[in-house]
Amino acid sequence: MGVGIQVEHLNAWYGANHTLMDITLHIPANEATALIGPSGCGKSTFVRCINRMHETNPIARVTGTVRIGELDIYADVSPVEVRRRIGMVFQRPNPFPTMSIYDNVASGLRLNGFRNRRVLDEVVERSLIQAALWDEVKDDLKKKSGASLSGGQQQRLCIARALAVDPEVLLMDEPASALDPIATGAIEDLIHSLKGRFTIVIVTHNMQQAARVADMTAFFSISKGGEGERWGELVEYTTTETIFTNPADKRTEDYVTGRFG
Amino acid sequence: MAFNLEEVRPSRPSLPPTAEADAPAQSAIRAYLLSRGNSAVSDAAFRWLMLLSGLSIFAIIGIIAGELIAGSRLTLAKFGLHFFFGTAWDPVSGHYGALPFIYGTLVSSLIALIIAVPLSIGLAIFLTEMCPKPLRGPLSFLTELLAAIPSVVYGLWAIFVLAPILRDHVNPVLIHLLGWTGLFAKPNFGIGMLAAGVILAIMILPIISSLTREVMISVPRSQREAVLALGATRWEMIRMGVLRNARIGIVGAIILGLGRALGETMAVTMVIGNRPDIVKNLLSPAYSMASVLANEFTEAADSTYLSALVEIGLALFIITILVNALARLLVWAVTRGAPARAS
Repeated sequence: MGVGIQVEHLNAWYGANHTLMDITLHIPANEATALIGPSGCGKSTFVRCINRMHETNPIARVTGTVRIGELDIYADVSPVEVRRRIGMVFQRPNPFPTMSIYDNVASGLRLNGFRNRRVLDEVVERSLIQAALWDEVKDDLKKKSGASLSGGQQQRLCIARALAVDPEVLLMDEPASALDPIATGAIEDLIHSLKGRFTIVIVTHNMQQAARVADMTAFFSISKGGEGERWGELVEYTTTETIFTNPADKRTEDYVTGRFG
Repeated sequence: MAFNLEEVRPSRPSLPPTAEADAPAQSAIRAYLLSRGNSAVSDAAFRWLMLLSGLSIFAIIGIIAGELIAGSRLTLAKFGLHFFFGTAWDPVSGHYGALPFIYGTLVSSLIALIIAVPLSIGLAIFLTEMCPKPLRGPLSFLTELLAAIPSVVYGLWAIFVLAPILRDHVNPVLIHLLGWTGLFAKPNFGIGMLAAGVILAIMILPIISSLTREVMISVPRSQREAVLALGATRWEMIRMGVLRNARIGIVGAIILGLGRALGETMAVTMVIGNRPDIVKNLLSPAYSMASVLANEFTEAADSTYLSALVEIGLALFIITILVNALARLLVWAVTRGAPARAS
């Protein structure tokens, strides 16, 4: 089962760029939360702060606290431990091209020392079923490489790879933006079937997608200061229905109705 | 405020009508494009030129092989295959066996690989993944500088610096610790098979490490992030996300380094000891194919002697091809079914 995420006063920088300004956001457990907003508003940076991937860039910096369940991820543990509990799916499918489908899914477990064949077989099958890919690949699990699949299948393979380590949270950074509409539909159905068991945070630039899959939606925007500085901030965070039908902030309304962005 | 596309769609400015002023310029461009024809002649010429470049490789290889075989006619006819397996090299009494040279070339190159491969991969990992930025430039520059030093300079350095160090500090330790293997035993001259292997290792290190660095850099960041997001440590990320994806390129780099080691002449000649013996002891003098060619070509007084030397050249040619083929076979076997590079 998933856990909730408490983000308090999160600030993030890329070099001198203040990418995220003072974000406070409570993400509920076992629901899907969408992050929407124009390009450059920091929504991707925000999810990358939740599993401490942001800091893998040498010029990046983060302050504030992020709690995954009871765990303060910037104070209590190392980034490696954080990422073991949090799965991530990226914008472009990035399966390991030199590994078979099976090895791709098993990679997270193998990395953490699992060697038992029976356990691995079981987890690989379960994860591929959860990712709605099992029926398409079950006959050539060990014959085909991860890169031989279509784009949509590759992305579901990456989801299976993330699910295999039984994460408490699943982060998805525009998981369907490189896919065609049919593959996108498959990913959205998948998100529907996964919430309830995992806490899902999904970044998307597609508002209809947010409306279709998310229970809660956060709208991020870019604010500009006097001397040309700009930063990303959280404008509004509420239920998806409210964001799209009755937003409190004018900027949200402009964005969701297509007048901006 | 639900979605109603017609209502909410912002009014977009329509495209400006084509300006009349542009018309003459546009029609000039169109006329020019139409006048260019179908370019069939230049296309065909280009194709033939490229085909010729490709075929020239076959011609060059063919001419080299033909010349080597023609030049070694005498000994080929006289000794046949025994030439390659004969262990005696005694031009005075007319005995010609190439095995000591083949052995020396292969073993010294193998020693070079054993030393250079881990070192250059380690260096490449350090340069791409861990090196502080200010150190990166100078370090890669110095590495590549190693490749530019003439081999005779390596040879001199090996005689005056490397061999004494091996003799006084390294070899006694090896004899003491690993003497039981039979690979390290007295007499300890400093020069010999091990010295040749070590100097070769230093010479092929820049090739292997700079090519390895190139393929490691070309592994996309998305692969590294995929591994990191699974909860990998830095070393696990390098192993799974970088080295695994770069392995074919790394093997290619090793093959190129091996090619240089097999053919290296001057530096090896100066420290290998130049004695055509096949002994297990790596500290004793040996000989290599390239070295015997360089040393004895001017002394080859009779035609059989000359033919024997050319046949050693032929053997070196064949062995280089065989080693390359074997390495490629190995790559193919390891990566069967898997695509060659990261997407």
